[in-house]
Amino acid sequence: MPSVDAISHVRGTSQYVDDALPPSGLLQAAVVASPLAHGTLRSLDLQAARAQAGVVAVFTAADIPGQNCWGTIIADQPLLAATDVQYVGQPLAVVVGQSRAIAQAAAQQVQVDIDPLPPLLDPREAYRRGQIIGQPRSFALGDVEQAWADCDTIVTGQCDLGGQEHLYLETQRCRAIPLEGGDLRLESATQNPYGTQRTVAQMLGLACHDIEVEVKRLGGGFGGKEEQATLWAALAALATWHLQQPVELVLSRQDDLRMTGKRHPYLSEFKLGLNRAGKMLAYEVQHYQNAGAYADLSPAVLERTLCHSTNAYAIPNVRITAVSCRTNLLPSTALRGFGGPQGMFVIESAIAQAAEQLGVPKEELQANNLLRAGDTLPYGQRLSTDSVRQTWEQVCQTYHFARRRKAVAIYNASQFERKKGLALMPICFGISFSQTFLNQAGALVHVYGDGSVSVSTGGVEMGQGLRPKIAQIAARAFGIDEQQIKIESTNTTRVANMSPSAASVTTDLNGHATLAAIAQILVRLRVLAAQELGGLDPNQVAIAQEQVLYGHEPTGWTWQQLVAKAALARVDLSAHGFYATPGLEFDHQRERGHPFAYHVCGTALIEVTLDCLRGTYEIDAVRLVHDLGRSVQPQVDRGQVEGGLVQGLGWMTIEDLRFNEKGQLLSKDLSTYKIPDVFFGPQTLEIQFIETPEKVSGPYSSKAVGEPPLMYGLGVFFALREAMQAFRQRPDYAFKLPLMPEQVLCELYREAVERLTIPEGLDHGQTTVESLPGAHSSPAPLPQR
Amino acid sequence: MADPIQFLLNDRPVVTSQPPGLPVLDYLRQDAKLRGTKEGCREGGCGACTVLLGEWQGDDRPFYKPVTACLLPLGELQGKHLVTIEGLNQPQLSPVQQAIVDGGATQCGFCTPGMVMAVTSQLLSADRCADDRAIARILSGNLCRCTGYAALKRAVRDLLQRFQGITDLAGLVDQGVVPAYFLDVPQQLARLPVAAAPAPPQGGLWVAGGTEVYVETDLRLNQQPIYLLCGLPHLRGIQAEGGGIRLGALTTFADLETHPLIRQYLPAIPEFMAQIASWPIRTRATVGGNLVAASPIADVAVLLLALDAQLVLQQGTQQRSLALREFFRAYKLTALQPEEVLIAVVLPPQALRQHLHFEKVAKRKTLDCASVNSAIALQVEGNVIQQASLAMGGVAPIPLFLQTTSAYFRGKPITPDVLTGAFPLLQTEISPISDVRGSAAYKRLLARQLLIAHFTTLFPDHLQVRDFYAVS
Repeated sequence: MPSVDAISHVRGTSQYVDDALPPSGLLQAAVVASPLAHGTLRSLDLQAARAQAGVVAVFTAADIPGQNCWGTIIADQPLLAATDVQYVGQPLAVVVGQSRAIAQAAAQQVQVDIDPLPPLLDPREAYRRGQIIGQPRSFALGDVEQAWADCDTIVTGQCDLGGQEHLYLETQRCRAIPLEGGDLRLESATQNPYGTQRTVAQMLGLACHDIEVEVKRLGGGFGGKEEQATLWAALAALATWHLQQPVELVLSRQDDLRMTGKRHPYLSEFKLGLNRAGKMLAYEVQHYQNAGAYADLSPAVLERTLCHSTNAYAIPNVRITAVSCRTNLLPSTALRGFGGPQGMFVIESAIAQAAEQLGVPKEELQANNLLRAGDTLPYGQRLSTDSVRQTWEQVCQTYHFARRRKAVAIYNASQFERKKGLALMPICFGISFSQTFLNQAGALVHVYGDGSVSVSTGGVEMGQGLRPKIAQIAARAFGIDEQQIKIESTNTTRVANMSPSAASVTTDLNGHATLAAIAQILVRLRVLAAQELGGLDPNQVAIAQEQVLYGHEPTGWTWQQLVAKAALARVDLSAHGFYATPGLEFDHQRERGHPFAYHVCGTALIEVTLDCLRGTYEIDAVRLVHDLGRSVQPQVDRGQVEGGLVQGLGWMTIEDLRFNEKGQLLSKDLSTYKIPDVFFGPQTLEIQFIETPEKVSGPYSSKAVGEPPLMYGLGVFFALREAMQAFRQRPDYAFKLPLMPEQVLCELYREAVERLTIPEGLDHGQTTVESLPGAHSSPAPLPQR
Repeated sequence: MADPIQFLLNDRPVVTSQPPGLPVLDYLRQDAKLRGTKEGCREGGCGACTVLLGEWQGDDRPFYKPVTACLLPLGELQGKHLVTIEGLNQPQLSPVQQAIVDGGATQCGFCTPGMVMAVTSQLLSADRCADDRAIARILSGNLCRCTGYAALKRAVRDLLQRFQGITDLAGLVDQGVVPAYFLDVPQQLARLPVAAAPAPPQGGLWVAGGTEVYVETDLRLNQQPIYLLCGLPHLRGIQAEGGGIRLGALTTFADLETHPLIRQYLPAIPEFMAQIASWPIRTRATVGGNLVAASPIADVAVLLLALDAQLVLQQGTQQRSLALREFFRAYKLTALQPEEVLIAVVLPPQALRQHLHFEKVAKRKTLDCASVNSAIALQVEGNVIQQASLAMGGVAPIPLFLQTTSAYFRGKPITPDVLTGAFPLLQTEISPISDVRGSAAYKRLLARQLLIAHFTTLFPDHLQVRDFYAVS
């Protein structure tokens, strides 16, 4: 059955924050942001802005009555900067006007006086200067130092991973409405209603119960509204609290791009050792995470990097070190994968480097070292599934890998300027918040007297299909038609203390909590039915397809009749359910434990064609086998796999998050930051699902699906690299993201680029250029024959 | 105060006194309270605000094109039919809506109304081509961050196949693609006055397609007079003239893509157009606007430079002709005099008898600005180049005609050595800078690569890429 959301989406009647009928007197807000990456804030001249027609008020840090510092992990970030600025785009003031256009125009009239300080942008430089967040952390297995001696091949290298913009289609927004007694209601596009509630309460010196956060749905989140939706909600709340009038803050796309944090860039150094048989014996990696100016979720992201640095491979001796580095860039934040893919990219790079050095196909080394059930991961947990190997083998068989390998070799031998590349990309991703305490959820279920059902959970619908999944789970648990179920908005007055909707586990946690609530109501209904049927065994009572059964036989009662009787019999038809993932623990002293309920695994085969004349490429095909468990909504899950994959492919290739040396974002609009469009590919996409059972999993043996598929996208980098090697073999192609046509071409023709690079200050187009040798005088690349 | 604007908004006629320069997106969301149309970027880059604009094009029913409401001036609506998602809704889902629901092709839903509009516009046209490229073109202006497009493409393919043979309005209404009120739209539109042609104001902001102006300028609070050129029908149209082709300045990129004269005499051009912007932008962006905006990476400007286009400029009743190659003076500065209007672009007869090729490389292959773009037009007899015209964008402050390199080729045979001899000349003529679209060195390299691409694409029997890079 199609979900209610899908129907309202296609009719354009789904309401996002600013689509709901505006309350009377609704004002609009816009944010004044720092133009400089680093400096001392001397003054803000608000005169000109206040003088604009239609401007109602301007608020600064001085107007914050309570705490002006926030952050879920470390409260180190001001809501509005008061003394110093630490990144371009840092909020300094909020302007309120009669319309959004007025507020946005007036925000540009605020004169900002900042004494500039030199910005620090490079994470390794930040580390050297002691600018780190928390402490460096290290995970270890075996004894790396000892193991190097046993290695026949050792490769070293480094990776330079760019960030990624979320580019949710709906920018950040919140509508704040004053309630009686100074309370506030925040209609916020947040993945984290409780976090938003808590921060706003602290900012205003109020209690959590004074702030109601309501979330209907998000127009995409991808992690960008986990921590960072709170700031915009707080600024709308601040204005509303002062003015006692409803205020809406909707970031323009450009403001969203320049003011909100993105995926963490990383610089990583690796060393990988193998024996003659191609077994990986030792792996050492040092990650420098570019956290930006404030802690945000960086320590947790770093933890997931530590956990995923060996991806799907069993390596007996490992030392993973990671440090979160403070720089003068936007505070980096959660984005689908949450540090995991950064760790995985580096080990894949190390394997690629080793394969190239040894002259063997990368997949041979990968296949030699895949994880098996029972293998110990670098955080001490034993892997409970064999689905890494199972999906690898299934991809190779069903999609005829050997045949494709041969076909690519033939193609590459017959073509000069077009080369194909193949890559296999296995993934193994831990499911659960790595911070154990977050693995909890609540749900509130009401059965109304007419048999209809209302379900509230702490989970937020952001396109991931939480609502259709919970509806399906609830209908199945009750044994009634899905039409009877309504999934309510997410509201802090109905479900309290919710964890953010993140880490792929929203359905797992909230689905189980929903089941826990329903189970309570069902027990009461069974007892009642057994009594009414004549003192029989409640355990023999069941409901299926809206019929009440006893010992699998119809009793003649319908669901509706049963509910009506229960209401008369004074049976409680409401219940609150709670779920905490069992078996999780982590010892931060020993960096050992069991942080994940289970792992989601799969393997993708990626095929590309590279145009070696122009540096452009096509993603011809992605074929993958993914362990989904037993899906409760196969169409939703397929959509998550397809969408996650493409988001990963985009990050690797065309998504160019670029800052200049002043720390200003250069890719500041949609004409300069490009996400995959409909032409982008893959041209062919084939997906097979397998169902591996787990002891602890999602409801009805389903598995989390949101993040893992993104990591299949990493394979495109290595497929392109293989194609580059086929055109021109060289040992030192950079492991640098993104691999745009510019990077491809400049790598393929590195010598020509060096010749064509004109030193700054020379007069372009004059004789200096003419005297540069043309391309022909010494043919640039030396392609393989 | 400007005259009120009268148009048909979905099923009802409306009159508004809002300023003609107001973006239709803001009119819809703030004034008309129709909030199914979403704001995603305000730069025509995401398609979340896609609406349908129906206007007479000589047929018995209005022709509907998808346009982005964020770049559409309200004044453009005079006498036309504007359709939003609300105007498609019926008690039952339309086949387009149903296909997206059934295909699981909507996730967060924010881009979905725009998608529905884009696909519906295709069903309102006669084109039922369902190959991959055609399907991609339909969705070329719509970004979706959730689905990765696979489910959307499946849904659209299925839909186009089901609607083979159903193209008449009655049939589409019968199938529920559009509501029944569409049948009355021709009569209702006939009752509305069409846009009058006002006299050009002194100064003010002149808007052709708006796809540049509305990105560069926030027109929500605009105070200066707006002069919408759409009211000047004589600036539209493509005609044969003196053995060449005359393009009215308001010729859209979509016209260049679809017009029979272009397809007959410059058959390569429709193919090039597919590399420029998106279909909804191409339905609005004009040739004249592209030239006057004078962006150094203007795709159409580069193409027309290679074709040695001649401009017709008008000031009052005075007209003058100017070679496009003389038009660009400095960064975003042209030879246009104050109060002078570009009214037409004339492609000379020889433009129609040449080998023509266009190349463009950007971060994303489609709906992106070029790092470097280039066009070449060549007259060849036997193996000898009689005339060569090479133009490039992204390599200078202006769209650049490469005079020296072009002249070098005259009288020379098409051989690898001849082409190689052009490389140093090429480098002397260009002066790219490093920016977000690429480093200067990359653009220099790309300029060379695209020159090779021109010749190896046009003359594969005479030279191949390996001639330039193979080890001797």
